[in-house]
Amino acid sequence: MKFRKLITSLTAAALMLGMAGLSAQAADLRVGVEGAYPPFSWKESDGTLKGFDIEIAEAVCAELKRKCVLVEQDWDGMIPALLARKFDTIIASMSITEERKKRVDFSDKYYNTPAKFVAKKGSGLKITTAGLKGKRIGLQRGTTHQCFMEKMFPEAELVLYGTQDEVFQDLTIGRIDAQFSDSIAADDGFLKTDAGKDFEFTGGDQHDEACHGPGAGMAVRKADTKLRDELNAAIKALRDNGTYQKINAKYFDFDIFGG
Amino acid sequence: MAESIVKFLETWSPIDIVLIAQNFDRFLWGALTTLELTIISLLVGGILSIPLAIIRAGNNKILNAPVWLFTYVFRGTPLLVQTYLIYYGLGQFEWIRETFLWGPVLSQAWYCALIAFSLNTAAYTAELLRGSIVNTSRGEIEAAKACGFSRAMRMRRIVLPSAFRRALPAYSNEVIFMLHGSVVASTITIQDLLGVGRWLNGRYYLAYEGFITAAVLYFIIVLLVSRGFRLWEKHWLAHLYPQDAVKTKPKKGLASFRI
Repeated sequence: MKFRKLITSLTAAALMLGMAGLSAQAADLRVGVEGAYPPFSWKESDGTLKGFDIEIAEAVCAELKRKCVLVEQDWDGMIPALLARKFDTIIASMSITEERKKRVDFSDKYYNTPAKFVAKKGSGLKITTAGLKGKRIGLQRGTTHQCFMEKMFPEAELVLYGTQDEVFQDLTIGRIDAQFSDSIAADDGFLKTDAGKDFEFTGGDQHDEACHGPGAGMAVRKADTKLRDELNAAIKALRDNGTYQKINAKYFDFDIFGG
Repeated sequence: MAESIVKFLETWSPIDIVLIAQNFDRFLWGALTTLELTIISLLVGGILSIPLAIIRAGNNKILNAPVWLFTYVFRGTPLLVQTYLIYYGLGQFEWIRETFLWGPVLSQAWYCALIAFSLNTAAYTAELLRGSIVNTSRGEIEAAKACGFSRAMRMRRIVLPSAFRRALPAYSNEVIFMLHGSVVASTITIQDLLGVGRWLNGRYYLAYEGFITAAVLYFIIVLLVSRGFRLWEKHWLAHLYPQDAVKTKPKKGLASFRI
């Protein structure tokens, strides 16, 4: 008899705990972020996450009145992790593309910056099919830039990295001839730093609508239309009430929202 | 006919088999890179391990200490860390980048992986062989001494051949570990079998397709390797099996082998 009582009370306790867990989850917004893509996201030496994406994520959470739980995730596992419910949305400079839209839904763009090549100063690298033929171009695996290069310059030799940091590292020591990435990420994350002092943009803005899409958006699972609409409203509110511009000004000297 | 099969697969298959088929040549190239790296590392590591094992099995304290340290360090740290240290670590030093080794060897991801893998497997194999050498039956050595064999001759004609044979079953594990360990190559931009899986995931955001294809190919390679070792063991260790097992010769073909 006593034993049955024990079981009953244990079950009750477990149920209550479970419910507490559920309600906490409903209140928290779990955001997938990267942490290796300065100035959009990076990790301080004490492990805290910093950057434009991180601040935008926190501003969105504040707008939605939900607690932010930032979940770090490697870039090439980002979409699978979202689909596996490791988090509810991705705020990690993810460009809105047709290919990705087959798997996930996107909010409206929250910024749009052009992509550019970076090579050593005076390298004379020509951004043409002939000029890039056989050249080793470093880029981050699973980005819109991989799509762009494979489509526009199939004869270049692509060298694929897990993180953007590793691309810059190998560019510095000359393992690759050039790198291709978002221009802001390259400018702030590399060219303006000491390591990037001998390097420069080359070839101007690169854009392919099918690969690059309208800009970076926040990704949600296809069924989560409610969250997507909330995110859209939050982005609009942040633009209207000046929070976006305040965060923008901390990192960039022009409005990266784009036209 | 072919079209209707493609149509059927596109509609009903849970994974995108058509996409795998379209990129299958990439997977085969990846498998080739994996095999190439594994086999060459095993050869280099295997050759290195023989003198190291003899030193470890001997009584010379001055030689023994550095070899002990080498095997201890390489068996005590993860292969991923060793590979990163060689690929990203060595590249940090300007003076290393100025040596003649940089251009043809250390700037190439493939050679960095080869060096790391070879040293790693040399450490494991040396310890494995050492155990086998130390456990050589005393009677065999005494018999060799009685026949007037010198130390070197004993090692070459009696101890090593017998030690190699007895180390064979354990060495087959090391070969399979090395094959699995070679996935580390994909983290330093090499398009090995896993690298191709990651490429597919990065390009089309499909995790299953790339990784299952890679897993199946790894599985097939391991199956072939372990079968090969079984046959080898049957041949080289025949003298250790019960005598009647040797007398009853297997019937034609491989059917009677236990695999």
